[in-house]
Amino acid sequence: MAETEELKVVRPHALTDVPFSYCPGCGHGIVSRALAELIDEMGLEGDTIGVCPVGCSVTMYDFFSCDMVEAAHGRAPAVATGIKRVLPDKFVFSYQGDGDLASIGMAETVHAATRGENITVIFINNAIYGMTGGQMAPTSLPGQVTQTSPYGRDVKVAGYPIRVCELVSQLDGTAFAQRVTVDTPAHVNQMKKAIKKGIEYQQQKLGYSIIEVLSPCSTNWGLDPVGAMKWLRENMIPYYPLGVYKDVKANKEA
Amino acid sequence: MKGNEAMAESAIRAGCRFFFGYPITPQTEVSAYMSKVMPKIGGLFLQAESEVAAINMVYGASSAGARVMTSSSSPGISLKSEGVSYLCGSDLPAVFANVERGGPGLGSIQPSQSDYYQATRGLGHGDFHVLVYAPSTVQETADLIYMAFDKADEYRMPAMLLTDGMIGQMMEPVVLPDPIEKLPEKPWATNGTGMKRVHNISNSLYLDAQKLEDIVVNREKRYDKIRATEQKYEAYRTEDAEIVVVAFGASARISRNAVDAAREEGIKAGLFRPISLWPFPNDALLEIAKSARTFLSVEMNMGQMVDDIRLAIHDTRDVNFFGHTGGVIPQSSEVLACIQKLEAGEHVHMVPFHSRYTGGDQ
Amino acid sequence: MSRIAVDSKYCKGCGLCVDACPKDILILDPDTISPKGYHPVKCIDESQCIGCKSCQTMCPDVAIQVVG
Repeated sequence: MAETEELKVVRPHALTDVPFSYCPGCGHGIVSRALAELIDEMGLEGDTIGVCPVGCSVTMYDFFSCDMVEAAHGRAPAVATGIKRVLPDKFVFSYQGDGDLASIGMAETVHAATRGENITVIFINNAIYGMTGGQMAPTSLPGQVTQTSPYGRDVKVAGYPIRVCELVSQLDGTAFAQRVTVDTPAHVNQMKKAIKKGIEYQQQKLGYSIIEVLSPCSTNWGLDPVGAMKWLRENMIPYYPLGVYKDVKANKEA
Repeated sequence: MKGNEAMAESAIRAGCRFFFGYPITPQTEVSAYMSKVMPKIGGLFLQAESEVAAINMVYGASSAGARVMTSSSSPGISLKSEGVSYLCGSDLPAVFANVERGGPGLGSIQPSQSDYYQATRGLGHGDFHVLVYAPSTVQETADLIYMAFDKADEYRMPAMLLTDGMIGQMMEPVVLPDPIEKLPEKPWATNGTGMKRVHNISNSLYLDAQKLEDIVVNREKRYDKIRATEQKYEAYRTEDAEIVVVAFGASARISRNAVDAAREEGIKAGLFRPISLWPFPNDALLEIAKSARTFLSVEMNMGQMVDDIRLAIHDTRDVNFFGHTGGVIPQSSEVLACIQKLEAGEHVHMVPFHSRYTGGDQ
Repeated sequence: MSRIAVDSKYCKGCGLCVDACPKDILILDPDTISPKGYHPVKCIDESQCIGCKSCQTMCPDVAIQVVG
């Protein structure tokens, strides 16, 4: 009988062999893997163009085997729009963090959604700017301590966090909006199903789909990976309830 | 045909099928024409939510392999500079037009050339250049935008048409170029691997400083080739000229009349008209400096091209300047008056102040 | 019986799989240090593995897989 060490981990074909640059226990890796598995399972790699953002996933083009485009900070929906309008039959996704999507790129996000831009947006919400070292994000919770809110986010000064799914679900062009998380295997499976739905909706040309993933940032939250999952469960999920916020197909059936 | 409409139609004939724009005066006719024609020929006109979004849509469409364009006017070009820098950093071709208006800030909506520095030096952060073409007629607007698409693809970099509200809104007869038959192959495009090749990446990020330096140096070699082969200009009556007026775009039209008037008076004047502002036509101007006595830069700004003329001629001759700015258009009589002063051995460097310049009362 | 494959080149020793394992048969191996300086995960009793794939589902680095 072979030893354990001789067994091989088979990476999804949609991933290169470059190790993720994320910190240990980062939610980005969980989501990226699920996305790569879906690209494999749905046979999409040759027809996929991914748009990566500025943030911790900025070098995502090194991790994925499909064609990849690096966007300026916040502009991923605009870049994805340009690609998708030229190549309407390809699968185009953008992968964005909270600073990218909900702060500097909010105009691009809202307008891509309201145009019903037929793209799939994967939104990693970890309530902090990870890559730059833990500054306050548009989704940082009230009272949350970050490098730029050292006394806790004071909503009188910094205002309130943005609930992205609730916001974009109000727009007529949004076909699908679901908030998921990655704190347990069951939730990870749910996240993967939600992304699959987003891809299918694009294939059916239904419009803009967004999957918001509540994701841990143990490094900048100052917690160990398991502790970060607990913090996410206890603090983020109550403020950002999980669930489907918009589903044009379900609404039609109802 | 209006200059702006000729630009739009010629872009379509050059194979442009994607236009992303945002409304701003005085480039309105370009967007209006595109929105009218594109849907009828299987192309796309999309009004973006902002100038920034528009240029980033251009970035995406270019990366996907399309011939794509946007247009704006001065304040909008400032906003677009983010995307221009990224296009250069990712070696992506694109064409955009700046139908200039007065600045800084909101400035005016009248014709201007005050974005010369921006066009030739300041279109965004980083080490890069953009091909810049300045038409002086409606015909040339059509010809240069057509060529800009070819050059942008050839060198994998953005090309800009620098025009103004005067050329853009002027009506002149124009012979449009024939529609392009075959577009160049773009094996670098991110249009899906089809599982037949390794993935293409459009990217300007290099965390390894040495790698970034290598890439920028390599790009500079391409720029050197462009400097050596792509200088475009028109020399008018310069063979025996002692006084050479240097002007581009709208101010060259005005200067040409002044040169003719000066010749009538027996003054040996000529006009040197840069057509490519980057690369600046250094070589031809240096050659002319061997026989010319003095130069007069005529611009619709505060003299932004003067430095480039001095550099081109290695400061071997006096470089004078006459201009108007803010949207005020120079008169050929004013330019003639300056030529007469130069003929008399004076030095000129002025934008008439307070009241309209009538010659001799500086 | 299911078996566990680990690629210690990719494992960053975050412990999410250890936490997720319902049978508590995964540990971060204190006797091994990966090239990147982590203690990679190790299965201490494969006979108890029920093949639920919770470990691979949680892994952010594609470093662990249930085989068979």
